[in-house]
Amino acid sequence: MLAQRFLDIFGAEEQIVTPSGSCAAMVREWYPQLFRDSPEGAHRARAVGHRTFELSEFLVRVLARTDVGARLPASVVYHPSCHGLRGLGLRDEPLRLLAAVRDLRLIPLSGAEECCGFGGLFAVKFSALSGAMLATKLDAIEASGAEFVTATDASCLMHIAGGLAKRGSRVRAMHLAEVLASA
Amino acid sequence: MTDHPGSLATAEASGAGATPRIDMIGNSERALRDQDLQDALGRAMPSFRRQRAAAVTELPEWEALRTTAAAIKDHTLANLEAYLGLLEARVREAGGVVHWAADAAEARRIITDLARARGLRRTVKSKSMTTEEIHLNPALEAAGVKVVETDLGEYVVQLAGDTPSHIIAPIIHKSAASVAELFTRKLGVPLYERPEDITRAARQALRAEFLAADLGVTGVNFAIAETGTIVVVENEGNARLTTTRPRVHIAIMGIEKVIPRLADLGVFLRLLARSSTGQRASVYVSLLTGPRRAGEVDGAEEFHLVILDNGRSRLLADPRMREALRCIRCGACLNVCPVYERAGGHAYESVYSGPIGAVITPALEGLERGHELPFASTLCGACAEVCPVRIDLPRMLLELRGRAVRAGLVGRVDRLFARAWTFVMWDPTRLRIVAAVARALQRLIVRDGRIPWLPYPLSGWTAHRAAPPLSGRPFRDRRGR
Repeated sequence: MLAQRFLDIFGAEEQIVTPSGSCAAMVREWYPQLFRDSPEGAHRARAVGHRTFELSEFLVRVLARTDVGARLPASVVYHPSCHGLRGLGLRDEPLRLLAAVRDLRLIPLSGAEECCGFGGLFAVKFSALSGAMLATKLDAIEASGAEFVTATDASCLMHIAGGLAKRGSRVRAMHLAEVLASA
Repeated sequence: MTDHPGSLATAEASGAGATPRIDMIGNSERALRDQDLQDALGRAMPSFRRQRAAAVTELPEWEALRTTAAAIKDHTLANLEAYLGLLEARVREAGGVVHWAADAAEARRIITDLARARGLRRTVKSKSMTTEEIHLNPALEAAGVKVVETDLGEYVVQLAGDTPSHIIAPIIHKSAASVAELFTRKLGVPLYERPEDITRAARQALRAEFLAADLGVTGVNFAIAETGTIVVVENEGNARLTTTRPRVHIAIMGIEKVIPRLADLGVFLRLLARSSTGQRASVYVSLLTGPRRAGEVDGAEEFHLVILDNGRSRLLADPRMREALRCIRCGACLNVCPVYERAGGHAYESVYSGPIGAVITPALEGLERGHELPFASTLCGACAEVCPVRIDLPRMLLELRGRAVRAGLVGRVDRLFARAWTFVMWDPTRLRIVAAVARALQRLIVRDGRIPWLPYPLSGWTAHRAAPPLSGRPFRDRRGR
């Protein structure tokens, strides 16, 4: 079981930071459920969960930093990935980081909090539904006029970027970590 | 009933086995090709969401109300037998009769027997998902009793020979024009365009039915144990007429509809109206305690309450699924669900659609029939965010997925994928080798820095998106530099 394996490998680390709200939510919110039949496993999962953070969450809540010295002269829309947004309650953190990036123009995204339709295997199994949800998201991104779309999760971005490429759109996808690393 | 995790999978649900597996994938693909349906849903769902959001923002105590409601429901469910016993005693004291139905067939028999024994011929019904669940109308018709639905949406559904596709908005899948056309065909009225005129045609037809009916059938939104009172919430006044005009009133409720005290009702009424339609209060809230008493000017001479189990006690005995019984059928989870918004209610092939339907349909009808439903979700969590009784729907969808896997109901491709993923992700060497092979092979299919096409089953991915090629130099090789 991969969750057990993760705990074995990362169990001793002081802080675990992942560039994915979904991964952080998995470890923090769902691992204790996975190990619910073993009190020891559940205890360990909770302990590791408390030390696992999504990147923007770690920067803003743990390190109390919003300005990381980045500069990106471009217009950007932010798509709040569901598991960060509703799983971890990350609403302001990524936005505060983006607001501190020099020369970055943050454009509001209509229907921002609606799911992009990725959903892991859902994207393949329920391909038509996923594609329809993606189309709504892509329409909103393109209508915003932004040059870049960013998010905290590579999974959603892979799906969105793939959709943009398939459409021949000029909008580029960029992970939040890449935006923050721009100079 | 045990609380064994696989219990739902092996449960002998009434009627299960005879009906084939719910084909959510195929159904949703057909729904997406139905442009009329997409137009209707695309119009209705965003306005539902806006109205709810506006109504909820008005109340600073909203989150506290949700918590209180969930606690009341959990307390009631933990003491369900006692509260149902109290409800039965109080209904009897008020002069009503209580009937217990273990399943849909028994509920149908109780109601048709009551009608037959009293020579009742004409039924008016207000909107009730529970009567949909037990398929009451065909049973009454077969017993020679005419049935007329009196909720506008349900009336349309009945005239069209259709089924409701939403818990509170039964004809959300229809346009006003198609309703006008239906009325012209079935009622012989002119082809109206304005919604007011279309509605008036229904109103006129229904008035006659109310006056002629000798049996009124309603659902129950809440049943108050301490007073033996049933509460019916509606907006059209048809339930008020259904419970006051005919000689006999039969109300049917699931065992989970009971709440302890009259004082609890306010919490739920506030949550229900704002969650379902964004109203501050529903237009008609009827509190009915027993039949008409001496000196009262209206109300039924006889009052019967049918209390239905139909699989609910299986949910109650299942600690990981029990909270689904908190549901007050407001429909908020449907209205925010991106899957429901595109697939529509009929795709779920169940009376209960949307996130709550994906959770309770496998419970009521068996996981063999409904195992595809919990997979039809991105687990985006919008449903749990709005649920007025804080049902953790994503958690239960995941739980059911796990049960479906353990029961061997999940397809070979899925299982193979899961096994391959676990194998590859187990250690860095395996990942490195597989990635190296993939990197060598991808040269054949990369076009302009993208992979436009992949073979089955990954064709599901490339149908809507290009795939990114693996990076020439993986991130893990750059670490520490």
